[in-house]
Amino acid sequence: MQLKKNLNVAEKLALATATLLGATAQAETVKDEWQFVGSILTYSEPDRVSALETIFTADKAFDDTAKLSYKIVLDSLTGASANGAIAQDDVQTFTRPSGNGQYIIQPQETPLDDTFKDTRAQFSVNWSDRLTEDSQYTIGTNLSREYDYQSIGISGELARDFDRKNTTLSIGLSYANDSVSPEGGRPLGFSSMVIDNGQFDDEQDYRNAFNATRISGDGSIDTTELLLGWTQIINRRMIMQMNYGYADVKGYLTDPFKVLSVIDSSATAKFYLYENRPESKKQHSFFALTKYHLNDSIIDFSYRYIDSDWDIKSHTLDLRWRLFAGKNSYWEPHVRYYQQSAADFYYPYFVEGTILPEFGSADYRIGEMDTYTIGLKYGFLIGDNRTEVRAEYYHQTPKSSSNEQVIITEDLNLYPSVDAFTLQFTYYFD
Amino acid sequence: MKSKWIFGVSIICITTFLGGCSSLGVQPWERDFLAKPGMAINSSPMDSSIDDHIYFSKEASSGGRSFAGGGCGCN
Repeated sequence: MQLKKNLNVAEKLALATATLLGATAQAETVKDEWQFVGSILTYSEPDRVSALETIFTADKAFDDTAKLSYKIVLDSLTGASANGAIAQDDVQTFTRPSGNGQYIIQPQETPLDDTFKDTRAQFSVNWSDRLTEDSQYTIGTNLSREYDYQSIGISGELARDFDRKNTTLSIGLSYANDSVSPEGGRPLGFSSMVIDNGQFDDEQDYRNAFNATRISGDGSIDTTELLLGWTQIINRRMIMQMNYGYADVKGYLTDPFKVLSVIDSSATAKFYLYENRPESKKQHSFFALTKYHLNDSIIDFSYRYIDSDWDIKSHTLDLRWRLFAGKNSYWEPHVRYYQQSAADFYYPYFVEGTILPEFGSADYRIGEMDTYTIGLKYGFLIGDNRTEVRAEYYHQTPKSSSNEQVIITEDLNLYPSVDAFTLQFTYYFD
Repeated sequence: MKSKWIFGVSIICITTFLGGCSSLGVQPWERDFLAKPGMAINSSPMDSSIDDHIYFSKEASSGGRSFAGGGCGCN
């Protein structure tokens, strides 16, 4: 109401004209023309994983209402990943996931599997168009392929506008089928890692023992999701979005590369068991986003709550503040905080002689943890083309588990923190 | 318990906020700020895509803004 008072008729006409002219100009620009965007990202965890990711998108508009979008992603990952075992005061030897060879972990170092190396290619295509004046649909498919994992998925969304396009309600459905085929096969849940310490007569003897811990065939994962959305324009400067999501995941959800240490009362690892997770996971998500346009900046704030029947509950707060620094450039600081509780089958280790639970994993990523991200993006023009440079720092702090039964000395650092740095460059070829 | 409390407070805040607005929405000629690229609901889809992938591989929760499925065996 206050806004209406402040705008006289001439200003309203000027705004309407500018909006209409802007829309026309934009439509003429995008009609029947390709729009390309390229982005390259480096990701680095000191002493752990390094990744290089390249993303390329191509959009083509048809008849002012329809749009075809292609996206290609290429990932290259290398480095070491925590295998779930705990550090020890002595050297530890692990069999590589493929069964070919071993890796050695020095005393008081977190066991990292250094065979982590993969390349991933992903391709997706989406088509969207208007159904009626007030409704539109989007359909798409997604393919992803890496050495030991592949995924194929389809998705669809229907959205309808109400109240002068101030309110939009949407419903989306997606289905994906993933296939897991690790080199050396999938380990049998809770089977003991076979380690060649010279006890085998020959290579075949070892291989037979190793194969006895394997499940035949590839693992399969089916993911079905529902996403309900409500987008609401609040006033001239503010817009909100709220989503509810439900995901039903079934199949081989165990990580074939993770193990648990089985320790005695003095915290000495006696052997290692491959982890074993449930074959089903149901997840509810609630997401709320607000964007507010101040005079010279835009605030983008979101909250997300996720609850799953693995007992993992998480809260995520995300704030981006785009500060305009002239006509064609801006700075955008970013802060994110994330907190999750542990899965009900998370155990940092098992104790020798105790009864095994039905499921168990020592993967710290399903344990209790806090994380935060601090980032800064700078948007500017190179010639007439939009360009963005973004740098982010990410820190994970895993928390101690209530399932600890043996006192572990601090020098073994049961819950090491993880740092990651990303640097991203994005260029709009329009 | 703490999670339910935070969730409940969030719902109450949002409902109260929306209920407090006597008239939501704008006229077509009042979309000057809203029409700016930075005010799009997802103004940086490239960043969102990259962030979703990173957090999917490092944390136990995914989705919310969009579908949760990652389609990768991120370790």
